[in-house]
Amino acid sequence: MSENRPRSFYFLAAFFAVFILFLYGPTITIAILSFQGPQGGLTFPMNGVSMHWYFDLFEQQAVGDIWGSFRRSLVLGLMVMVTTVIVSVMGGLAFRQRFRGATPLFYLIITSLTIPSILVSLGVGLIFGQTNMDVHWSTSGFGSQLTWTLPFGLLIMFAVFNRFDPSYEEAARDQGATGWQTFRHVVLPIIAPSLIGVALFGFTLSYDEFARTLMTAGSYNTLPLEIFGMTTNVTSPVLYALGTLTTIFSLVIIGIFLVIALWSQRKQSRQGSDAGKGLV
Amino acid sequence: MQNRKAAAMANLTGSKNIKGWLLVSPLMAVLTAFLILPIIMIVTVSFWGATEFSIYPAFQFDNYEFLFGSPVTYSVFIKTLMFASITWIITLLIGFTVAYFLAFHVHTLTWQIALFLLCTIPFWTSNIIRMISWIPFLGRNGIANTTLINMGVIDTPLEWLLFSDFAVILAFVHLYTLFMVVPIFNTMMRIDHSLIEAARDGGANGLQILTNVIIPLTKPGIMIGSIFVVTLVMGDFITVRFMSGSQSANVGRLISNDIALLQYPSAAATAVVLLATVMIMIAIMLRFVDIRKEL
Repeated sequence: MSENRPRSFYFLAAFFAVFILFLYGPTITIAILSFQGPQGGLTFPMNGVSMHWYFDLFEQQAVGDIWGSFRRSLVLGLMVMVTTVIVSVMGGLAFRQRFRGATPLFYLIITSLTIPSILVSLGVGLIFGQTNMDVHWSTSGFGSQLTWTLPFGLLIMFAVFNRFDPSYEEAARDQGATGWQTFRHVVLPIIAPSLIGVALFGFTLSYDEFARTLMTAGSYNTLPLEIFGMTTNVTSPVLYALGTLTTIFSLVIIGIFLVIALWSQRKQSRQGSDAGKGLV
Repeated sequence: MQNRKAAAMANLTGSKNIKGWLLVSPLMAVLTAFLILPIIMIVTVSFWGATEFSIYPAFQFDNYEFLFGSPVTYSVFIKTLMFASITWIITLLIGFTVAYFLAFHVHTLTWQIALFLLCTIPFWTSNIIRMISWIPFLGRNGIANTTLINMGVIDTPLEWLLFSDFAVILAFVHLYTLFMVVPIFNTMMRIDHSLIEAARDGGANGLQILTNVIIPLTKPGIMIGSIFVVTLVMGDFITVRFMSGSQSANVGRLISNDIALLQYPSAAATAVVLLATVMIMIAIMLRFVDIRKEL
């Protein structure tokens, strides 16, 4: 690996480093500033170092219903995650064979991905309003978020099944496996690592979603809505403390998913496919 | 014989169809309830009328007449297109360079994956917090101003750093460059390296390889990234509102302001025009790429 690098390498490497700094710099800055002393402000210099603003988060008066909204976002994220995984796998399986209407449906998925989020918010809000249904994060909010997470899940599944070797399934069928057995013991173990990716998209995109939940969450805010509300009336580093905490939470979630994905991939390459092990 | 074969074939495709439809039925249910019906609803309501407190069914073109009759509409649409085009150019240049570095200058797969992940992790964190995190940089007494003053470049703090169009575009680039990096990197990784060697053997220099081999082969990735960036910026309202300190407007903000005033028919009319604009732009870009082939 010690061949002579061209000069362009060093230029591009420096460019890349600046890009990474650009991506992460601001987040790291507010993480530092979240430890401001009690008298500190929103910018440097640091006015002492303290956990003051983190303690503030736990006081009901200082901030709104942070913990309630966090709980709702967490539950909603899990609901969206599970639904996204199941619906995407089913959709991915369906698109492997040509069925009538597959092409229009594909463009509908692209529409769902590219439509301005505020339109989903507005449209769903109008429907619920005109039919006298109450908007609620777990109904209208849930559905609106799915229009954002499902296209990502489906595109990943399309990519996965494009690379899927059908001879595994043929072998299973030749051995007399039923359709369900083939899926459960052959297809599912092979695609499992990718499903973790779909789950990660489902959870994080829901957990951070703002525009599509704006008019569809009802009277109980999700965390991003709560945070946005805070930006208009909270002007203390408590905002940074909250931002840092929820970023750390996101990073932990991403880390867990990555570890599971790596682990399942390693297991797969060590044992080969464990297809058939579950059969009696 | 022929007939029976045809019947068997029809049966097979028939069962294929049914199986396919069963499998996509949950997907169809979600998209019908939360995408198709809402769009129909918006189109319908765009012809309705509104009083100060409520909206009522009607079939009138007042909302569109007002929309197209107001000079604000045109300036806001132009502003939105300006945000989209500037962001598109910058994210494309940065995204291409980053992807090019990862795909052709990083030689081991492990490093490629690690650095690629480093680029994508912020995508899974909150956009709003990433916007908030620019405050200490761009504020009046922020890092940028302090540094520039200490360096003697300026005497008084620049006021246009935060809460300006500059801040809006900076935030767009910060949030969305990722959407360029990922698809471009993905296509670049599939370029057969023997093509590059062939070009080199043919006497092409680095720049010629880039312009005659790599860029043409990367076009699908560039198009997919462009679709993402353009549609995200065209439909945005929150970044413009937050980063411009409510001083700048784009179409999304026009809609959200109407929503806040409960002027739903007017919001719906603007939304219809925005949707049509975005769809036309996507249709044009899709002519250059077959997405299903690229997955």
